[in-house]
Amino acid sequence: MPRVRVQEADFDTGRELDALTKGRADVGALASFVGLVRDENDGSTVRGMSLEHYPGMTEKALEDICAQAMQRWRLIDALVIHRTGALRPGDRIVLVGVTSAHRGDAFEACEFIMDYLKTRAPFWKREETPQGARWVEARDSDDTAAGRWSRGPSEKTK
Amino acid sequence: MVTLLYFASLRERVGVSREQVALPSGNSTVSALVEQLRARDSRWTEAFAPGRQWRVAVNQQMASPATPVRPGDEIAFFPPVTGG
Repeated sequence: MPRVRVQEADFDTGRELDALTKGRADVGALASFVGLVRDENDGSTVRGMSLEHYPGMTEKALEDICAQAMQRWRLIDALVIHRTGALRPGDRIVLVGVTSAHRGDAFEACEFIMDYLKTRAPFWKREETPQGARWVEARDSDDTAAGRWSRGPSEKTK
Repeated sequence: MVTLLYFASLRERVGVSREQVALPSGNSTVSALVEQLRARDSRWTEAFAPGRQWRVAVNQQMASPATPVRPGDEIAFFPPVTGG
């Protein structure tokens, strides 16, 4: 059963990932991704950012993405934690953790969840730069990254 | 009536985060609703101007201009998402 959390507070990466495997002996692989705030974007220094979201839909969108991952790969569990509100460079933004019996499923599902989150979960970043605050523009490369999964899981997982 | 929500840069452009509006008559779709909003005043004309990228969710599910809308629906407009 995937776990999804949207919160302002930071998370403890080690503790969250340990919780995915604690007390079980069927997990052979745990793949994870942590996204962080960079101090530079599109040629400007970034002093901080605020993350807006659509309460209610955000949780549903993340749960739906995890459910799709559970259907496409042989997974044991999936976790997504995404922060909102004010963040500083170096802060953690998002954690994805995926467990499975073997690494192939865990690696691919982790990447799939991030690619879909980037294009389907209703979050918006507003950066503070020396030139003022600006909304971050969506990248075409994110659509391209998400689009490659529409071809289905790669051959190596079959 | 339907509830409209606006997020991020689109919210700033129209100056409203939430409102209730009457649907256009007949079989309404997102695009018919957007046409009605565009005709309201320059803020909506600008927010939904041709070439401007916007996304829509109906009842908290990603939708498209062709998606039907019914009384009681929650319809959210926003720019392409930038989380993660």
